[in-house]
Amino acid sequence: MNAPISAGTTSVRVLGTPLDFHTRQRLNRRRSFWLLAVFLGGFVTLGLGLDAVWTGISSGGWPLPVITLIAGSIATVLSVVGYFRGAEMVMGSLHARPLDPHNADHRQLQNVVTEIALAAGLPPPCVYIIPDPSPNALASGRDPEHGVMAVTQGLLNVVDRAELQGVVAHEMAHIGNRDTLTMTLVGILFGGALMLSDWARRVLFLDRGRKSHPLLFILVILLVAVTPLLSRLLAMAVSRQREYLADATAVQFTRNPLGLASALEKIGAGTSPLRSATRGTAHLFISNPWTRRIDQRDGALADLLSSHPPLRQRIAILRAMVRGG
Amino acid sequence: MGTILLLLLLAALAAAVFVYNSLVSLRNRVQNSWKQIDVQLKRRHDLIPNLVDTVKGAMEYERDTLQQVIDARARAVAATGARDSGAAESTLTHSLGRLFAVMENYPALKANENVLRLQEELTTTENQLAFARQYYNDVVMQFNTRQQIFPANLIAGFFNFQPSEYFAGEEQDRGMPRVDLTLRT
Repeated sequence: MNAPISAGTTSVRVLGTPLDFHTRQRLNRRRSFWLLAVFLGGFVTLGLGLDAVWTGISSGGWPLPVITLIAGSIATVLSVVGYFRGAEMVMGSLHARPLDPHNADHRQLQNVVTEIALAAGLPPPCVYIIPDPSPNALASGRDPEHGVMAVTQGLLNVVDRAELQGVVAHEMAHIGNRDTLTMTLVGILFGGALMLSDWARRVLFLDRGRKSHPLLFILVILLVAVTPLLSRLLAMAVSRQREYLADATAVQFTRNPLGLASALEKIGAGTSPLRSATRGTAHLFISNPWTRRIDQRDGALADLLSSHPPLRQRIAILRAMVRGG
Repeated sequence: MGTILLLLLLAALAAAVFVYNSLVSLRNRVQNSWKQIDVQLKRRHDLIPNLVDTVKGAMEYERDTLQQVIDARARAVAATGARDSGAAESTLTHSLGRLFAVMENYPALKANENVLRLQEELTTTENQLAFARQYYNDVVMQFNTRQQIFPANLIAGFFNFQPSEYFAGEEQDRGMPRVDLTLRT
């Protein structure tokens, strides 16, 4: 199970140093900022639209744009909670549990995390187990000091030490790049946007809604229809390129592309879906928790609709690194 | 005219302060990652006597192999200086590898909870050591490169920054092997 390649210096082309996290961190912080800004703006716009419809209905209307204020407050609370408590919320929704120090597998996982943290020069994150037979893993946390990582029991059951190192290194790369901040925010805000647009739809289709100005009506329908779609597309767009990048960074840490490659093969072979994964958390995983056929296809449509790049392609890239590509 | 000169001077000063601070923080990171290596070496030295005690009973006929490990450890603990301790540690790694290879022949050991536990601990220590060295060398490379590049080289020269030494064990040239001492079952 030793790495069968002469690691590091010769055959593996190392891309930069693991320390040039800084550029990617800056990029992710900027993205997170814009994400929050667009999100807050979108909510307020939606609220204004609904207020306009409402004012049209109840001639005279309210002195205050009540719906806008409510939407704005909800969005603000969601953003603040998402930033400070996002990781806990994600882990809670996945029923993740802390490691059991008496379990040999769990001890090994903790050891591997400590090893990779040393390789990355980052503080070791908190590790959790998701009691699910589907092999998968994810990371969250707003910065490396608050990093958390979770692995399913199903993954621990199938991988060996080198493969586990690969998966942990991939997740550590997400933490180091601060992908976890952006992706956790996307998840929480996406969940919030869905909630509000559901609620707005209900308001809209009350009886009196039909009497409002047709133009405003169309505008609001558009907003209500487009919000979840946009946030979905956004979540997927941010996710895909990061997976390739995290794979590459993981190889910088372990200097062993084969470990991650064969772990990805085993993850791809897992057929059962991860039950506790939701639409708000799916994009956080190393591989799509619901194995949908579209994820394994290439092409523009698959690129647009899938939150993860095809596993086959990721494995091919990793294997190419060994051949000295 | 005077204002422009003053502004230029201030900008140059600010740049110098920035470069100086980045050099200092890199130097601290080099020192810190060196300490990480020390921590792992110490942990390895502490674990080995436990392992030897645990397997001693079952491995009556392997006294030589065990003695080699004990001797190598004693030399590694006693070694001073980067070069000496590097050589001693690498001998220790080899003798440990031999011990684990021999242990493959003792099914009773493979079933022993304590042995398995110690083996996992030693495996992770070996890996942590390797990764800590890898990280140390990465940081040293960054630190040294930063000192050589213009204009940081002026600041580095003025404040007498010295390039750090790479950790160049003999293993380093062949690429550090990742150790997996876990018994195949």
